[in-house]
Amino acid sequence: MKIILKIVFILIPLVIQSQSTIKGMAMIKNSTGKTEGLPGATVYWLGTNVGTTTNDKGWFEINYKPEYKKLVFSFVGFKTDTVSVNELKEIHHFMVEKNDLDEVTIKSRKQATAKSYLQSANVITVSSDELLKAACCNLSESFETNPSIDVNFADAVTGTRQIKMLGLTSPYILITSENIPTIRGASQAYGLSFTPGTWVESIQITKGAGSVVNGFESIAGQINTELVKPFTDDKLFVNLYGASSERFEANVHLNTKLSDKWSTGLYLHGNTHNKKHDVNDDGFMDMPIYDQINIMNRWQYTNPEKGLVTFINFRYLNDSKQTGQINFNPDTDKLTTNAWGSEIDTERFDASLKAGYVNSEIPWQSIGLQAAYSRHNQESYFGLNQYDILHNSLYSNLIYNSIISDSRHKIKTGVSFTYDHYDEFVNTTAFKRTENSAGAFFEYNFDNLDNLNLTAGIRIDYHNLMGTFVTPRFHARYTPWEKSALRVSFGRGKRTASIFAENQSIFSTSRTINILSTGGDIYGLDPEIAWNYGFSFLQGFNLFGRNADVMIDYYRTDFQNQIIVDYENPQELNFYNLQGDSYASSLQLEMNYNVFQNVDLRMAYKYYDIITQYNSGKLEKPLTSKHRLFANVSYITKLKNSGSQWKFDATYNWLGKQRFSSTTSNPNAYKLPKYTPTVGTLNVQITKVFSPKFEVYLGGENVTNVRQKNPILASNDPFGENFDTTFVYGPIFGSMYYTGLRFKIK
Amino acid sequence: MKKTVIILLVLVSSVTFAQNKNAKASINVDGVCLMCKERIEKAAIKAKGVKSAIWNVKTHELKLIYNERKTNLKTIQQSIADVGHDTEDIKATDEAYQSVHPCCLYRDDKVKSDH
Repeated sequence: MKIILKIVFILIPLVIQSQSTIKGMAMIKNSTGKTEGLPGATVYWLGTNVGTTTNDKGWFEINYKPEYKKLVFSFVGFKTDTVSVNELKEIHHFMVEKNDLDEVTIKSRKQATAKSYLQSANVITVSSDELLKAACCNLSESFETNPSIDVNFADAVTGTRQIKMLGLTSPYILITSENIPTIRGASQAYGLSFTPGTWVESIQITKGAGSVVNGFESIAGQINTELVKPFTDDKLFVNLYGASSERFEANVHLNTKLSDKWSTGLYLHGNTHNKKHDVNDDGFMDMPIYDQINIMNRWQYTNPEKGLVTFINFRYLNDSKQTGQINFNPDTDKLTTNAWGSEIDTERFDASLKAGYVNSEIPWQSIGLQAAYSRHNQESYFGLNQYDILHNSLYSNLIYNSIISDSRHKIKTGVSFTYDHYDEFVNTTAFKRTENSAGAFFEYNFDNLDNLNLTAGIRIDYHNLMGTFVTPRFHARYTPWEKSALRVSFGRGKRTASIFAENQSIFSTSRTINILSTGGDIYGLDPEIAWNYGFSFLQGFNLFGRNADVMIDYYRTDFQNQIIVDYENPQELNFYNLQGDSYASSLQLEMNYNVFQNVDLRMAYKYYDIITQYNSGKLEKPLTSKHRLFANVSYITKLKNSGSQWKFDATYNWLGKQRFSSTTSNPNAYKLPKYTPTVGTLNVQITKVFSPKFEVYLGGENVTNVRQKNPILASNDPFGENFDTTFVYGPIFGSMYYTGLRFKIK
Repeated sequence: MKKTVIILLVLVSSVTFAQNKNAKASINVDGVCLMCKERIEKAAIKAKGVKSAIWNVKTHELKLIYNERKTNLKTIQQSIADVGHDTEDIKATDEAYQSVHPCCLYRDDKVKSDH
């Protein structure tokens, strides 16, 4: 009965709402005298609690009843106005700034994560506000408040987090930095932890096929990070972080304007963790000890009169990790059976150039050039396994933008060239490979300025190991009714798999590593080819006068060829070409709701069905749960005139049972059950903003102290035949608390 | 006679030469709000030969780039008038004017002052 009553109560306002609403817009004159919508303004009926806030364009929609006569517009720093409403027509209201607050710049509260209603591709933009919700620390940890990306642990010794999208691991995602592919080849395993979080300005996540402009490699989607820019970043930014695990990080940004056209920025990052932890008493460190130095220097040239923009970047990284048994001493025990240990030393240098020219006479014409060079050198050993990789890479892309007949028909076309040289040393075998490719692409975008937007692209590439091939990609968005977006996409991707670099956790096992296929050009293996098809629907609506949206999306990836990484025999790790079916289906339901003013709730449910034909049969992908739940609540107090504010955040993640790869041939002591238990983790964070210059944060990761008790199989016998660190399904360390501060001068 | 032909030829060719593929123009179009902006720009761009159209809410100035070989300012103005907005040279019919959203009735002083 109670439930029925509840449902009735929920339904009543819905019915009322469907009766009639009134639409309108809060507007301002900006500094150049142009009219703009005012986002985040409060609009409510005088004498009632029926209210709403304007969206990012300044539009609002509010429930209307004939007895409502006076509509109040208010926004911090603006005069509060009351407008009489006598009929159901759109209201366009100009707001005027309060004079006494003239010197105060007003920042509206934008959505931290925004989904586009307009673009043809399913793109989720994560702003720096969202990134601050998880204060730590590098790109791999920035996705913890985002349900579209899963963050998993790769293995129990290196503590590396691995991301997945649509159920597929990061090699199937094109990860770019300002549209230049960065995390590929050698950097695949640890690359995400090599971009400090404070360097990131925003992240764009494209689910599905992606664009042909950035190459042929993306299969599940694309993650692009925009880095902070010398021209717009704070003059001085300092971030310090310390955690209860004795992990410390420091970030310093220094930006200088050299002239009205040139700016430069120096970005320094250092992190260190030198305390050995072993909470589960298995004799192994729960996380590696490490030191990292990461330096970036950016130069930005902007000349709006001539339409020129140029970025020049240099980056240097030095990272060293040590992990393994607590009593392992690298000086005496390296590559011996005295104790099991591992060291991973990485040195990386990057240089890139981006230059763009927009024709100021004909605004739709522009040319862009991207060029990048990187040298990535990793030297490492894991117990008795040795692995070194040197990867030299060159990337260049020339893009021309224009229109056909009018600005509804846009085109992008261009050519690209890439060169990669891999020099690997795996135990006793050296692998060398050179890849180069040259390609041309053409992408057409049609926007009918109303309810249809579609992007169709095609590229043709010649690759020395994969031959000549065509890559088609297609995205379309249709708006059947207001505040909705229906999207479809399909596309093909093709890539070479750097099997060792992408699967470095295999070295922290006693498994023998075999490549079963021969005849291919890449370690004897063939290139990976997959088609991705997707569908998504987004609907925004008003629930009790507050903004809400629901999204459903379904993607399927069908592999024509895949390099199977087969863990099903516990003594072996086999790589071979796919024979039969391999597919990944993912279904995601997501809801965002602004529950109260300043309280946002995000909930998601995900279902994965990932099936691969192994030599031992058709099986579910190991350590990938079928069901996942996600919830994030954030609460922000009202911004005071002094600029002070509190921010509260909590994120809950739940993973259903995950399949362990088979251990049936192991002795009984080392047999694992068929499935893992379920895992739920909770992260919380509180930020106190004292002023626009200074803020302090305090947070806890995994506050309920959930732990996987025995993450390492045969930890008592690391040189025996059953030692394995890859059976990780949950947190190893348990709860961890951290605190930090941010200081900035504009 | 010969002279006339030559003069004519010169004229014709110079006219052809003057037919710019990316001709620029700026005209006044009446309207009041951002909804008007969307309507005006859409009407302009949907007219054949118009490549780009940007209307300024405050100054009422419509900046056009169009292909002179395919269209002319009059035709473009006609398509804008057809959706209900008065342009420099062509006044929208009352019928077309009434078709715009009530909030956009820019000829009404009350609506004007509201904005």
